[in-house]
Amino acid sequence: MENKGLTKVDLIFEQIDNHEVLAKGFNMSKEDIIQEMLDSGLKGRGGAGFPTGMKWKFTAAEKNPEKYIVCNADEGEPGTFKDREILDRVSNKVHGGMAIAGKAIGAKKGIVYLRGEYRYLLPKLMIELESFHKMIKEIGYDFQIEYRMGSGAYICGEESALFESIEGKRGEPRNKPPYPTVSGVFEKPTSINNVETLVTAMMIIQHGAKNFIQYGTKDSRGSKVFSVSGDTPTPGIFELELGMTVQQFVNEFGDGDTKAVQVGGASGFCVPRKKFAETIIGFEGVPTGGSMKLFNSSRSMYNVLHNYLDFFAEESCGQCTPCRVGCQQLLKGVEKVKKGEAKSTYLNELMKLADTMKIAAKCGLGQSVGNAFKSIVGNFKEEIIY
Amino acid sequence: MYQIGNLVKELSDEHGHARESLMPILQAIVQKHNYLTDEAMVEVARVLDISAAEVYGTASFYTFLDTQEKGKYVIRVCKTITCSMKGKSDIIHVIEEMLKIKVGETTSDKQFSLIETNCIGWCHKAPAILINELPYTELTPEKVSEIIKDYMQK
Repeated sequence: MENKGLTKVDLIFEQIDNHEVLAKGFNMSKEDIIQEMLDSGLKGRGGAGFPTGMKWKFTAAEKNPEKYIVCNADEGEPGTFKDREILDRVSNKVHGGMAIAGKAIGAKKGIVYLRGEYRYLLPKLMIELESFHKMIKEIGYDFQIEYRMGSGAYICGEESALFESIEGKRGEPRNKPPYPTVSGVFEKPTSINNVETLVTAMMIIQHGAKNFIQYGTKDSRGSKVFSVSGDTPTPGIFELELGMTVQQFVNEFGDGDTKAVQVGGASGFCVPRKKFAETIIGFEGVPTGGSMKLFNSSRSMYNVLHNYLDFFAEESCGQCTPCRVGCQQLLKGVEKVKKGEAKSTYLNELMKLADTMKIAAKCGLGQSVGNAFKSIVGNFKEEIIY
Repeated sequence: MYQIGNLVKELSDEHGHARESLMPILQAIVQKHNYLTDEAMVEVARVLDISAAEVYGTASFYTFLDTQEKGKYVIRVCKTITCSMKGKSDIIHVIEEMLKIKVGETTSDKQFSLIETNCIGWCHKAPAILINELPYTELTPEKVSEIIKDYMQK
């Protein structure tokens, strides 16, 4: 596997001449924009990693004249806070990325769904949006963006739950198919992209796919913003080239006593010290929406797991049984084992339950609870039992 | 309790009467009054011409759309892993002592409510809280005590 080492870059937060990049983008044909995205190999930065060019291509192919670009700013994954920073510092690039995406798929409307916890940003964003609208009008391009607020539900980061919420309903995920590219918000073809993905798309238009693919690896192109927290002397937001190992990451950000790194938040994977050197951060190893939490040897991994399970039990929308009941049973199960009310072999039953949830849960929330559960229990069994 | 009066009409004039207007209207009521009364939800249902059950069903899904009475200042303390590791319990302890309430309760003068919440996106500056919509980060017991004192004098 390729290993690029740890390199800091500064592209996402770089201030650019938005007017110039947009004029360039609007002058390209929609086929050319989509081809540029496909050539760049850009994968979605929210965590799931769906190729952005494909998403735009599918949405562009729909015949419906009314289409939407939705910007997913419902950043709720524990340990992720990069989208807030991006919106705070370079919202013009987010809005610009939406307009470029709009051109590519044939949408005239964009909606930003911003999590309720970030409402304090809204007054500033409204002012910046107004000048953005003014600017694209000057260029002679018709595209309107509006903001919708969330109200404290993690599940609304799931794309179809987010659409339900925009439509004024409970944020319960829909059955798929149909996928959003066919039937998204208001049942219209929709491309829903993460905040950082849209900024990266702007960057690709600006510098070209050829330059973009010089960063990262074959499976994980480009650079990405990481949210670093936990037991580290330097918590914060860092843009790094993709393709480093967890060991290289820990060498940079660890406190010298790191025993585990949770990559990708509560729905991600726990990497123990013995696997640091062999694990690549990216789609060929452990994928992440940016959340990187470091734990040193003073931390109980039981407490970490318990905290995550408590989080999922509260944030499960309750619609499907595998997730609603599964989250609660996993939580109760580890508590029982810890208290000695159940034998340690009960953990094997719980591992099977986590597998069942992965197959049977309706959406990404229930399907990914097992990631953290299995990687923490699998690597730190003694800490869970004793 | 508050009287909903003409607020729903004003909000529906601003946001529209379609189903998609429901969230912005409920959010605006909560911004003004901190929670939704039964009366408010029935009035929203009437103005948007949907059933009150639909309004309650939607509101009760979202933790920020409270249907229980809340104080003027809602303090939400993040309890997710990093804040929990970095001293969230000490922060809660200070607030509980100052306001003489426990987590989940509202002061008798209806000024403050204290609740725990899931990740609010400030893990690099943990522990963090929200008071209404404003975040306060990198808290220490001393710092949070100063902040609450300021709010008590408002």
